[in-house]
Amino acid sequence: MAQHKVNYTKDGGLPVALTSIDKIVNWGRSNSIWALTYGLACCGIEMMASGASRYDFDRFGTIFRASPRQADVMIVAGTLTKKHAEFIKRLYDQMTEPKWVISMGSCANTGGMFNTYSTVQGVDRLIPVDLYLPGCAPRPETLQYGVMLLQKKIRANSASRAQKAKRLM
Amino acid sequence: MRAYTPKDDVQKKSYYTDRFFVSPQVPKFPVENDEVFTKDLEAIKAKFEVSEAYIQVEQMVVFIQPEDNYKVLELMKNELEYTQLSELSAIDWLAKENKFEVFYQMLSMNKRKRIRVKMFIDKDQAVNSVEKLFRSADWSEREMFDMFGIEANAHPFMKRILMPYDWQGFPLLKTYPLQGDEFAAWYEVDKIYGKEARDIIGPELRDTAKVDRYDSQRFARLGHEVPKGTKITGNEPKNEQSYQEEGGVFLIKKLNKKDSVVIDDPQR
Repeated sequence: MAQHKVNYTKDGGLPVALTSIDKIVNWGRSNSIWALTYGLACCGIEMMASGASRYDFDRFGTIFRASPRQADVMIVAGTLTKKHAEFIKRLYDQMTEPKWVISMGSCANTGGMFNTYSTVQGVDRLIPVDLYLPGCAPRPETLQYGVMLLQKKIRANSASRAQKAKRLM
Repeated sequence: MRAYTPKDDVQKKSYYTDRFFVSPQVPKFPVENDEVFTKDLEAIKAKFEVSEAYIQVEQMVVFIQPEDNYKVLELMKNELEYTQLSELSAIDWLAKENKFEVFYQMLSMNKRKRIRVKMFIDKDQAVNSVEKLFRSADWSEREMFDMFGIEANAHPFMKRILMPYDWQGFPLLKTYPLQGDEFAAWYEVDKIYGKEARDIIGPELRDTAKVDRYDSQRFARLGHEVPKGTKITGNEPKNEQSYQEEGGVFLIKKLNKKDSVVIDDPQR
């Protein structure tokens, strides 16, 4: 006798799932948000901690990629200096659509404590931001919660419609 | 009990005359107090003009003429055993006496002594590079140029080191505003989007403590979020925030706290 006989009539037992294209595409997108490895300052340490075993970003399908061409989300983790400003724009442009941006920490949100001549006062001056995470630096839990909110945002949008490219201006 | 002091006109009195705390000068001692420094100073004085010398915090400070700086450091390195240049930079005294003070911090591992060689230069005056003597001077002199605009003659690569190459202005000058001048304020916008984008992106918001609950461009009132740029009336509906939709998500189970079990037995 088969010990592990599958009851096909019970919920989830049937090896068939009916859904809409929209849902399946959004399911795929929201559960494989590959993030660009983009630690700019101390927030990068928290981002690395989120990726490591204790907080384990892989559970969300978030895998850090070293190339913007393979990344879906740019987590701007840290202080953006004016010298580096042109490169964040270039990296953002190199990412393929659809793409999202999480601004992580006070420095990326508003310039934070660096109210000086050499710091960009908020990355939203240069690229469109989807999610702002408060904190200095935000705990890995905050980043995980932010990724889950981003997943929710992705699911709320229609995937079948051609994605409108996000432009700051 | 503390003695009572009348506080009627406390607002009218100005508490401080100086804007910042002015620390008292660290006492200076004559060079003769230290044997090693006396010999070193004699060796320098034999060949070069020394305008002032004293000991402060157990280190000798020697003021030399700016045109002698390479020769003095060469002498100190080759004959006096001061083989390391720990630090090199400048101090802006332009407001006080229209001069820069350039200093070289020297260290002798054999003698276990430090000497600070100082010299005054005019504005727009270049110094001789000591990069041929000490490799550490390479980046220090570039930084001095970057921050003060003091050029080092005969330096192999006299370019900015911290700020971008196309930066204008020298940030460590006392006349340079902390939050940047006009060029600095628009640097990234001008470079990436062009000058015509200034009106669209707008000026930098420097008051980070400012919170305006009717501003939907920069802030979202927690629990009452609206799309960016919406005009806020104050009657926004309450948004329940949760990380997942209530109805559940396709192929994903939502954690039900009631059904979950907390395992508190470490020996399980």
